[in-house]
Amino acid sequence: MPLLEVDNLTVEFPTRRGILKALDRVSFTIDKGEILGVVGESGAGKSLTGAAIVGLLERPGRIASGQIRLDGSRIDNLAPEPLRRIRGRRIGTIFQDPLTTLNPLYTIGRQLVETMQTHARLSDSEARRKAIGWLERVGIPAAAQRIDAYPHEFSGGQRQRVVIALALCAEPALVIADEPTTALDVSIQAQIITLLKDLTRDHGTSVMLVTHDMGVIAETADRVAVMYAGRIAEIGPVADVVRRPAHPYTDGLMASIPSLEHRVDRLRQIDGAMPRLDAMPDGCRFHPRCPRAFARCTEQQPELMAAGATQAACWLHAVS
Amino acid sequence: MFGFIGSRLLQAIPVLMVVGFIAFALFAFVGDPVSILLGQDHTEAQRIALVHQLGLDQPFYVQYVKFLWTCLHGDFGVSYRLAQPVGSLLAERLPATLELAITASVLAFAIGVPMGVYTGIHRDSLLSRVFMVGSLMGVSLPTFLLGILLILCFSVALGWLPSFGRGPVVHVGSWWTTGFTSWAGIRALILPGITLGLFQMTLIMRLVRAEMLEVLRTDYIKFARARGLTNRSINFGHALKNTLVPVITIIGLQFGGIVGFSLVTETVFQWPGMGLLLVQSVAVADIPVMSAYLLLIALVFLLINLIVDLLYYAVDPRLRIGR
Ligand SMILES: Nc1ncnc2c1ncn2[C@@H]1O[C@H](COP(=O)(O)OP(=O)(O)OP(=O)(O)O)[C@@H](O)[C@H]1O
Ligand code: SF4
Ligand SMILES: [Mg+2]
Repeated sequence: MPLLEVDNLTVEFPTRRGILKALDRVSFTIDKGEILGVVGESGAGKSLTGAAIVGLLERPGRIASGQIRLDGSRIDNLAPEPLRRIRGRRIGTIFQDPLTTLNPLYTIGRQLVETMQTHARLSDSEARRKAIGWLERVGIPAAAQRIDAYPHEFSGGQRQRVVIALALCAEPALVIADEPTTALDVSIQAQIITLLKDLTRDHGTSVMLVTHDMGVIAETADRVAVMYAGRIAEIGPVADVVRRPAHPYTDGLMASIPSLEHRVDRLRQIDGAMPRLDAMPDGCRFHPRCPRAFARCTEQQPELMAAGATQAACWLHAVS
Repeated sequence: MFGFIGSRLLQAIPVLMVVGFIAFALFAFVGDPVSILLGQDHTEAQRIALVHQLGLDQPFYVQYVKFLWTCLHGDFGVSYRLAQPVGSLLAERLPATLELAITASVLAFAIGVPMGVYTGIHRDSLLSRVFMVGSLMGVSLPTFLLGILLILCFSVALGWLPSFGRGPVVHVGSWWTTGFTSWAGIRALILPGITLGLFQMTLIMRLVRAEMLEVLRTDYIKFARARGLTNRSINFGHALKNTLVPVITIIGLQFGGIVGFSLVTETVFQWPGMGLLLVQSVAVADIPVMSAYLLLIALVFLLINLIVDLLYYAVDPRLRIGR
């Protein structure tokens, strides 16, 4: 059984001008210890998927239908209190900008201790000892002294290390990392990704890694999901998606990567723009930009279907 | 730390010099102390003698320095109206005003902050709306009207609380008097305390609410939620503390305002404080009282500013430069 199962997840924003469907029947799974990369243009719904999983959709957003299961039990319909106990303890989250994700008024030690004590019975001294251990594990030098420092006394890269410690300190089974390196200096991005990869491997933690960096995905992830306009366009093992993309959109994304040794930081721009939520085209949502669109594409919406080693939502792979 | 306080005190000196100059200018150029002191019947010789005795024939900068010098020694001259030293007059009135101001501020803080937090968290609840509408009324109701309404209701109609005065007071130390030690003294504080504090309370509530809404949107609050911290810890530990810096500023400034401008409330309730003294002094152009009052209020504001800065320092580690 997969650790996380997302099943036909649909997220809506009721607005004055009608209901906006920001995620439309998104389905995927993450196995224990697996790293799932998630890519897609800005606004594709990557962050929204993560927020829906941990129950932190911002009002008025809501899960309209679908199920989210963790270890086989549903977590999408939990009451606030049991859901809170899952956050941090079962599913950790790493945010994008380490300069703003730490409370400026508390020492990092206090923030670590509070997080651990929220989820486990720990004496103050035990929690502090463990906090120092976590700081050492994420590579903060002189952790025993630095534990009483405030966030502003750390560099951006160090702060992201602290954020990673905070996300992992209650030993969750799954970590959702939403663009964990986008805000960082290019020179330290690789270090942070390596750290995340090593720590999660050591603890057998699964990761949902949202990023714009295809190079990171190729080096880090086991499988990758490509999102487009609130849907999953293609999902499959990284090597197959990268080398033999089945969906024309993925194809466009990959075309710009000459080899995996040469990183491309931003996804290549495909002609045209992603449709707005209130002006979704009928049929395949990609058809206005798709070089291979044909008649059926404008009429019927494709669901994920087997396409070689991956699954793609594209009529090119329909077995008529 | 001590360097910080020291530099603040140094910065206060020019401010006090300027206020002192204004106070001195009041003294020197408004009204004519000589004719006030001599009355109607006097000879020219008497007048010149008095002018000389008061030092009014000296250049004004000499007079200014002398004025500052005597002020520094706690000598603010003699009230024209009451023929008593101004220093002891003010000292006599100061406890009444400070106790009223403290009561009003504590009320405003103790009620305003929780209401602000509540309306910030439960933005759309019915109770929040009631608070918000109520606070609008609190902001727009003139102080004197509120005082009179409270007197009508609780003193005249219901007879529960006294309508004027400070009630019995007890001497503490050499010059301080307090109403806090007796039930009657506390009862006397309630209506004027509410009158003086209501505006401040609504202000604090609205400010805390606005700041809470702002802070609750920040990434570190989202991250705190994502780590599964309890709502209590998020709202009161993480969010409220981050709203404190602006709230401290406003409370400090308001406290200064309350001490300086409690005259309306003191007049309505015949409260024997400095505000009432000032109103009575202005009516007869009692210049020494007015200028001493000016200096005292400047001092109060400077002290409050210093305390506010120290509180910032305590709340926000980013302001603790160096170490
Ligand atoms: N509060 C909201 N009201 C209406 N629409 C919203 C709201 N929040 C998000 N959306 C919509 O949901 C869609 C998905 O947003 P999301 O933040 O998940 O994108 P993303 O894939 O993470 O993009 P990025 O790469 O820029 O982070 C967007 O089209 C956005 O307009
Ligand atoms: S379904 Fe049609 S339009 Fe959509 S991606 Fe496939 S070929 Fe292109
Ligand atoms: Mg995003």
